[in-house]
Amino acid sequence: MADTGRLTFPVARPLGLRLRPVTALRIMIIVAVLAGWEALAASGLLYRDVVPSLLAIAKALFQMLRDPAFYSHLATTAYEIGVAMLIGGLSGLAVGIVLGGSRFMARAYEAYLYYLGPCPKIIFFPIMIMWFGVGPGSKIAMGAISCFFPVALNAAGGMRQIDKVLIRVGKSFRANTWQMVTKIYLPAMRHPVINGVRLGLGVALIGTLLAETKLSNRGIGFLVIQAYSIFNMPQMYALLVILFVISIGANSLIGRIGGLDDIRRS
Amino acid sequence: MTAAVLARTRYAPAALGGLSLVLFVILIELLIRVGAINRFIVPMPSDIIAAFPRVISEEHVLERFLLTAGEAFSASILVTIFGVAGGVLLHRYRLLRLATETWVAAVAAAPLVLMYPLYLVIFGRSALTIIMMGFSAGLAPIILKTLEGLSGTRRVLINVGRSFSLTRSQQFWKILFPAALPTIFVGLRLGLIFSLINIVGVEFLINFGGLGQLINELAERYDLPGTYAAICFVILVSICVFIILERLERWLTPAD
Repeated sequence: MADTGRLTFPVARPLGLRLRPVTALRIMIIVAVLAGWEALAASGLLYRDVVPSLLAIAKALFQMLRDPAFYSHLATTAYEIGVAMLIGGLSGLAVGIVLGGSRFMARAYEAYLYYLGPCPKIIFFPIMIMWFGVGPGSKIAMGAISCFFPVALNAAGGMRQIDKVLIRVGKSFRANTWQMVTKIYLPAMRHPVINGVRLGLGVALIGTLLAETKLSNRGIGFLVIQAYSIFNMPQMYALLVILFVISIGANSLIGRIGGLDDIRRS
Repeated sequence: MTAAVLARTRYAPAALGGLSLVLFVILIELLIRVGAINRFIVPMPSDIIAAFPRVISEEHVLERFLLTAGEAFSASILVTIFGVAGGVLLHRYRLLRLATETWVAAVAAAPLVLMYPLYLVIFGRSALTIIMMGFSAGLAPIILKTLEGLSGTRRVLINVGRSFSLTRSQQFWKILFPAALPTIFVGLRLGLIFSLINIVGVEFLINFGGLGQLINELAERYDLPGTYAAICFVILVSICVFIILERLERWLTPAD
């Protein structure tokens, strides 16, 4: 990264007990945002409870984490996302390997995936309800469709980056297709695949939860939309905090397990 | 003709892709006609095609399209101004960048669209909710890409500017900004796509606005061919937008 050299701040230099400027600024920003929030909550400028006090949100968060019903909803959502990731991830991986392994197939079909990938998937939800019913099936389908595209496109891209020497080594050992996939392709393309899984998890989470907010009677998405319909704002904020912590945590966890951080550093 | 000969032909892969799609549609039509697939769950492709003119004329598709396009346009203007400005700000103040860049990256990865019930409460069930949702979704990628573009300016270009004793604003407008433009365009394309996805998605979810609401309404009326036709229409529109944005980016990016 080129430094323009126009502004140089003393960074990362601990001076005795004094805070590093970056940490100090971070703390200042957080404190300013929290204070601003609390002031807005107390001012009454917005409708009551649209911006509830931090204490109310913390209380709602605490109550929710103590409630066994919350964990049953969390388990439903986790189950749906887990199955969706399994179906969408595995089929995405298979399609990605086929497309990445053959130039002909890639030129024939990859454009469809490439352009369908970024389309808003939630619009397929009415179809999924008809196909798989109003229960967890339709939510799993939404998650699987969302997850399929990033995994397939990343796997296809990863296949094409594999060192040709490795493939020739496999062929010279007369490895069969299954051996080629498990011993050569997958280990050689693990980074792009893990990156695809990471992106896939993000969109599977969105697909499943949005479907839950649209039509369901279980899951975290249902809790969010229920909090909205009974106007329990502290609970809604608490749920959103939990969701963001889970999704950002899962994202960085997969990145770390897959060694993506190491690649970036090197 | 063997597969190897086919592979050598230039248009063969694209033809195969198109042909497979047509064959798939014909297969589904046949399976429904013989009763292997329930026609009350999957309507016949011929019915879906026949539903297109009806949906377009009776459901005011053009007006809905313009409504969604208007929301997307407002969101893109907002997201471009704030995103590029945010990137420039973070580049200008190094300390601010060090403190907040990881936060912006975390926001870019966060499922912001799940906040739509919150936006409903704050902005009401109106176009403003949809525009703000699109704005929130597209902001972080544009900030990050603008920052990346500005930081990636080649040292030699900056030194040229310095040797001409350019002022800070001249240095920015003559050197940094033009050098960062290609990366900023990448960010804009990403940001605008995120905005568009979220706008159509939220329209569907809150049953308000343009094309997203059309799908929801047709599904609630149990007009199956109409629902499928509307979904196909939205996908076609999205694909056209993606292709246009891609072309635009390529056209605006100077060749090296």
